[in-house]
Amino acid sequence: MSATTIAISEVPVRPVTLRLHEWVTTVDHKRLGVLYVVYALIFLALGGIEATIIRLQLIRPHNALVSPQVFNRMFTMHGTTMIFFVAMPMLFGFANYLVPLMIGARDMAFPRLNAFSFWMTALGGIFLYFSYFGGDGLYGAGSAPDVGWFAYAPLTAKTFSVGHSTDFWTLSLLSSGIGSIGTAINIIATTLCMRCPGMTLGKMPLLVWLNFVMAGLVILAVSPLSAAQLMLVVDRYLGGHFFDTQAGGSAVIWMHFFWIFGHPEVYVLVLPAFAFASEIIPVFSRKAIFGYPVMVLATIAIGFIGMSVWAHHMFTVGMSAGANTFFVLSTMAIAVPTGIKIFNWLATMWGGKIRFATPMLFCVAFLFQFLIAGLTGVTLAVAPLDWQLSNSYYVVAHFHYVIVGGILFCIFGAFYYWFPKFSGKMYDEALGKLHFWLFVIGFHLTFDFMHVPGILGMPRRIYTYEPGRGWDIWNLIVTIGVAFQAAGILVFAANLVWSYFRGKRAGNDPWDAWTLEWSTSSPPPAYNYAQVPSVRSRRPLWDLKHPEDPDWRYE
Amino acid sequence: MYCLIAAESAIFTIFVVAYLFYIGKSLTGPKPADVLHAPILYTICLLSSSLTINLAVRRLSAGNMAAFGRWWLLTIVLGSVFLFGTAREWAHLIHDEGLTIGTNLFGTTYYSLVGLHAFHVTMGLLALFAVAVFCFTSQLQREHAERVEILSMYWHFVDAVWVIVFTVVYVIGI
Amino acid sequence: MSPTNIFAPVSTPAESIYGLSVFVFSIVAVIFVVVFALLAYVVVRFRNQRSSTEPTQIYGSTQVELAWTVIPVLIVVALFLATARVIGSVQNQPRPQNAIEVTVTGHQYWWEYRYPGLNVVTANELHVPVSDPAHPTPTFLTLLSADTDHSFWVPRLGGKTDLIPNHPNQMWIDPHETGLFVGQCAQYCGTQHAKMLLRVYVQSREDFERWVHEQQQLPQIAASAGKRVFESTACVNCHTVSGTPAKGRFGPDLTHLMSRDTIAAGAADNTPEMLSLWIRNPDAIKPGSKMPAMGLSDQDASSVTAYLETLR
Repeated sequence: MSATTIAISEVPVRPVTLRLHEWVTTVDHKRLGVLYVVYALIFLALGGIEATIIRLQLIRPHNALVSPQVFNRMFTMHGTTMIFFVAMPMLFGFANYLVPLMIGARDMAFPRLNAFSFWMTALGGIFLYFSYFGGDGLYGAGSAPDVGWFAYAPLTAKTFSVGHSTDFWTLSLLSSGIGSIGTAINIIATTLCMRCPGMTLGKMPLLVWLNFVMAGLVILAVSPLSAAQLMLVVDRYLGGHFFDTQAGGSAVIWMHFFWIFGHPEVYVLVLPAFAFASEIIPVFSRKAIFGYPVMVLATIAIGFIGMSVWAHHMFTVGMSAGANTFFVLSTMAIAVPTGIKIFNWLATMWGGKIRFATPMLFCVAFLFQFLIAGLTGVTLAVAPLDWQLSNSYYVVAHFHYVIVGGILFCIFGAFYYWFPKFSGKMYDEALGKLHFWLFVIGFHLTFDFMHVPGILGMPRRIYTYEPGRGWDIWNLIVTIGVAFQAAGILVFAANLVWSYFRGKRAGNDPWDAWTLEWSTSSPPPAYNYAQVPSVRSRRPLWDLKHPEDPDWRYE
Repeated sequence: MYCLIAAESAIFTIFVVAYLFYIGKSLTGPKPADVLHAPILYTICLLSSSLTINLAVRRLSAGNMAAFGRWWLLTIVLGSVFLFGTAREWAHLIHDEGLTIGTNLFGTTYYSLVGLHAFHVTMGLLALFAVAVFCFTSQLQREHAERVEILSMYWHFVDAVWVIVFTVVYVIGI
Repeated sequence: MSPTNIFAPVSTPAESIYGLSVFVFSIVAVIFVVVFALLAYVVVRFRNQRSSTEPTQIYGSTQVELAWTVIPVLIVVALFLATARVIGSVQNQPRPQNAIEVTVTGHQYWWEYRYPGLNVVTANELHVPVSDPAHPTPTFLTLLSADTDHSFWVPRLGGKTDLIPNHPNQMWIDPHETGLFVGQCAQYCGTQHAKMLLRVYVQSREDFERWVHEQQQLPQIAASAGKRVFESTACVNCHTVSGTPAKGRFGPDLTHLMSRDTIAAGAADNTPEMLSLWIRNPDAIKPGSKMPAMGLSDQDASSVTAYLETLR
């Protein structure tokens, strides 16, 4: 410890421009992680506003809050924003921050590729939202895209989508697709090549395994979307006929190409969420994860089977009975490894000593909600039932249950769990719990009751609906839930900001956790670890804290 | 590089699937059998370039900069000849046969698939050219052999894709 | 009592789906109750009792993993077999000789119906005969599209099937009850997707035959100012009125317009006021529909409305 002290006034205050420049040019995985997450939070607000407009328009039948044209842009932008510019960057951000730390590395394998990937993703979001301004004013243009987030052909053909809104959609996703593939390459290379001594693949934290499989899925799944979008550009600008039904082209082949991306995409989103649950639940139950090898195998199984289920989004398209039956089987099959994971998390909690701090509250809610989401998914896997429920609000309820009730809840848990590590401060626990309860109430008001209009025949993507179909009261309740969710998010944001500046100092390891990131300071230094750690088990800090009963005796 | 190759393979697979799906489905316009002539010579050039790039990398690992430079240059020449061949074929198809990307399904899928491949060849050639510049300005060292080898993997991938494209377009699709 | 409740089937495909769904939801409910009970138990029983010692660490158990793998696999097999059976029965239903055949063409934003065997052409309101389960008289629909993707969904009659250009599809219904059954387009097709409503009138055999007969007749059309305006303006580019020079196919056939309860694919009731408004300013009823405001003077608009009112 140095004996000299420096007076506060002598510490040079770096000018804002210099600090901004550091952030813009950073290749440090932790800073890039933060950039991703902050970026995602901004777009979460934008996507949330779009959702609010949708729900306010649908609060009663024949409402005239917004025109059909505006409404159609709202649901397109909401979906595209939330998937590509909220969920993916958020999860890539956490992966970027945590994967090197958790394997005892100093950074990702390719730091400059990392930065490039972030900026390509960021550019995508800018393209997409530029459409609001750049769309109008061009001849025949229509402002933001309004073709739905899956942009079915031939609605996206020049004939039906005059103007550039579809092109902004295409361009933005091509750009962010490059970013996603770059990040995936980085995660795979880092995981395979940069683990610290002693950390075999079988000793990596589950978070690393899950992000590794996710990265493999990104490589295989995002590329088909990029290919299909290139084909769309050829159709729209070079006179091509890939999806031109008048020239003998096929609208269905777009659906195949899109869903070959679209289905694995949801596993890209859910696997990192599972990763958070797999780290948080053990720590707050004070027990090791139950069945680590099975959890890894189940993850790999989900990755593989997930590439074979895509046409369950196309049960109503007129495929043969044989094709439909195959996709029923593959879709139901994927429920098995997913269910195994739920059971393993429960078994982790069984016999534990559960502490219900905010991260754990969100993970417990995740278990409950993901169970329901998975079960509604099973009902949709039954193709004939899907013939009724496809493209209805039941499906909208199902996938929001997965993405909000499952994935977003895990993300919130992850925020609270790792906030002390990233900022060095503790968040306010009372505000955390307030956020949790507000959001749980809002989530259930909106998404539980949303199943009902689907069962009562309400299709999705309609800007208004007829009275007398029995949908009115449910739409009203669904809309009311939005207020609670918005309130919860505001409390969350306030907590983050306030705690960042005024929170109590957190130490290296406020949760008494067991993975490597908790062994370094909060926040970690730029180089992560002064000395590269070496490990003997899956829970190196447990071994240090329990030298009489280390994990490596049992693994 | 393996990951990049996997991602690119997925992209090419989609274009190949589209090509296969649309075989025989054009409503009007020239058909493959009428207008396509298998570019055997240019294919031999491209596939030989895999051999020459392999030889180049081995020379570099052994520290033989002069031999590396020769084989590397030959690779670039062979790749460029292939591109020239593609250009010639396209000029013929457009001007003499009236087949463009917008003519019919065959035109769309053909130019897209072959064009995507040619684009990858072009990108590869640019990278190879950059390495050639480093070599002939004496900046390339033996220690760089591993990096050059990784680049050569990309080149092998481009050649492998051509084998598939050739089979699909000039054999299956006729 | 929602008129579009998927759990109130009146036709065999919808009934098969309903029966299957009872089975599926029962299984799903049991799974939910069991797992939820486990979760609730765990959350209550293992709450931290202010203890500073760590609980016993258990890393896994092969038997338990096997158990909760095998049981779900068996459940999947059961669900799959039940599902495969219904897929077969609905999709591979043979078409009997006496089936009514309708070709449905989806347009932005209306439904075109042609009965090829009966020489009937109409729009937006589908009439079918009721089907006696003992001697079924189903209606088989061939589904086409003139532009983008659409989807035919009348929940009480059956699951939905998409209308995709260059990709003809087939579906069938055999409603056991007479009445009006409603639904709407269920695949986003553009601006007015929301107002592409479906109305299926299931009629007794006699009523259906009478309707067919009326549709097959040419209406008695007298010369009128409205008819002149209609035929000398762009109306004829889009609309057909049989027995007159109007032969357009882009918009709905208007020959028997007055036999319908609604106009604009259900977006408005078929009253003189609504008809007049539709002709003068379609965007007031269905903004973004393909019917342009014709820019007619008030007098012309009234006379055209009066003319259309004669198309029974």
